[in-house]
Amino acid sequence: METLVTSVTVFVLALWVGFEVIVKVPPTLHTPLMSGSNAISGITLVGALLSAGLGHSGLTTVLGLLAVVFATINVVGGFLVTHRMLEMFRRK
Amino acid sequence: MPDWLVNLFYLLASALFILGLKGLSHPRSAVRGNLIGAAGMLIAVAVTLLDRRILSFQAIVAGLVIGSAAGALLAQKIRMTAMPQMVALLNGFGGAASALVAGAALIEAQAAPGALTAQFTVAAAASGLIGAVTLWGSLAAFAKLQELISGNAVVFRGQHLLNALTAAAALGLAGWLVARPQQTEVYWALAAVSSLLGVLATIPIGGADMPVVISLLNSYSGLAAAATGFVLANNMLIIAGSLVGASGIILTQIMCRAMNRSLVNVLFGGFGAEPAERAEADAVYAGRVKAASAEEVAMLLETARRVVIVPGYGMAVSQAQHAVQTLAGVLKSRGVDVLYGIHPVAGRMPGHMNVLLAEADVPYEDLREMEEINPLLKQTDVAIVLGANDVVNPLARTDPKSPIAGMPILEVDQARTVVVIKRSLSPGFAGIPNPLFAAERTLMMFADAKKAINELVRNLSEAAVGA
Repeated sequence: METLVTSVTVFVLALWVGFEVIVKVPPTLHTPLMSGSNAISGITLVGALLSAGLGHSGLTTVLGLLAVVFATINVVGGFLVTHRMLEMFRRK
Repeated sequence: MPDWLVNLFYLLASALFILGLKGLSHPRSAVRGNLIGAAGMLIAVAVTLLDRRILSFQAIVAGLVIGSAAGALLAQKIRMTAMPQMVALLNGFGGAASALVAGAALIEAQAAPGALTAQFTVAAAASGLIGAVTLWGSLAAFAKLQELISGNAVVFRGQHLLNALTAAAALGLAGWLVARPQQTEVYWALAAVSSLLGVLATIPIGGADMPVVISLLNSYSGLAAAATGFVLANNMLIIAGSLVGASGIILTQIMCRAMNRSLVNVLFGGFGAEPAERAEADAVYAGRVKAASAEEVAMLLETARRVVIVPGYGMAVSQAQHAVQTLAGVLKSRGVDVLYGIHPVAGRMPGHMNVLLAEADVPYEDLREMEEINPLLKQTDVAIVLGANDVVNPLARTDPKSPIAGMPILEVDQARTVVVIKRSLSPGFAGIPNPLFAAERTLMMFADAKKAINELVRNLSEAAVGA
């Protein structure tokens, strides 16, 4: 129960911080915001690495491998495409 | 590395994510912000790889190599006009990864006595449900945006009932899993039904409502990651996931407000499924529409002091952004004040028009939001509507029975002259005629957006040579 309450506390506070920070993003940057925040949601990669590397059973390793592939596309593709877009906004 | 040290690094990564998103509050700091976020991710991944529990690196290295190559390739090759599809795909992959990780964790937990706590199983069920909905909802959105399937709302009889039953089945399976977490096959059944739900829930939503759908799926991909954080009792996943969840929720709200519609209406409305009634369109347009040639419009532009360009999805379809920038350059060199009026839901995703114009080197200072540009339109000589329709339809103000009643619009009808560049009089997404096209001060240029703009540039240049 205690871990649950701690986790919920973190969840609620992080949502709050998210609202406060993201409300200030101007509409002109909304597309990079989506792709950039999307790259951050690829944080599941951390869980995927553990699943793929624990080597407990063949099945979890396969699931982990798939998860690593998806999450890495998400992270690498997300940050790179965001960078590409933001460079266009900057160069003047 | 001891757990406490790992967690401190995770805290550092979380802080960098927040700082990174904060950097996105201005175009000047945004590149750095994105790099800060990427640095946070690098730290998180590096620290995880040092985890003592990892015994085999084969699958990890294979996954990282394949994923990085595919991600980098996508990011480099994708055209700016296809950015909505790209974001839809990335959302989906994030959701898929979360669902897979929760599934793997559930299988592993079977071996560890006492691991199947209520928090664990509820979170795993949530992760599987949201993750699968995100993946398949995003794939459906991708197929619509890429026009693999009809971009229009796909509606059929009994749709709401079917969707409600599918949602109930998904929730029922989630409940079953929580009660009997030893039956891992229930998890995969849950994922399968949720996948179906994702597709069914997305297909009734039409093309121009895509900004809402993509924002919502963005939010789901974050919430799925946060749910996985609950599964693994990992605070960094919870923090990063909820940041993204919050971001998607805010964007969803902004998009709904910009259409004066509730989220429920967007998700269940089947908006734009029925075509407009022909008779009504004839009554609005008959004998009142004035077509103009490029020469005539160019003459108007020559004497203008302020020109406002209002881009819509038509600009994206015809890839006209570079031509528009050339036209703006020609006009500016003649001392004309050129601004852009951007409606929040113009295009297929939030900020779609801004990215396209940035690609064509239009300075972001020239881009104005709806609230800023509307007061200026009264003192505008020529407003050029480029492939936009519903977002400039005055019926939103005047006809309370219209499907777009109360939607905030760009008030181009206040300008001295309105030039509408459009291929035909066909209705926009809302399926209603637009009285703007038949207004006293409106000239229609019936042409493809890019061709029309290039014609205008040619005429203006010839006039300059002649003078």
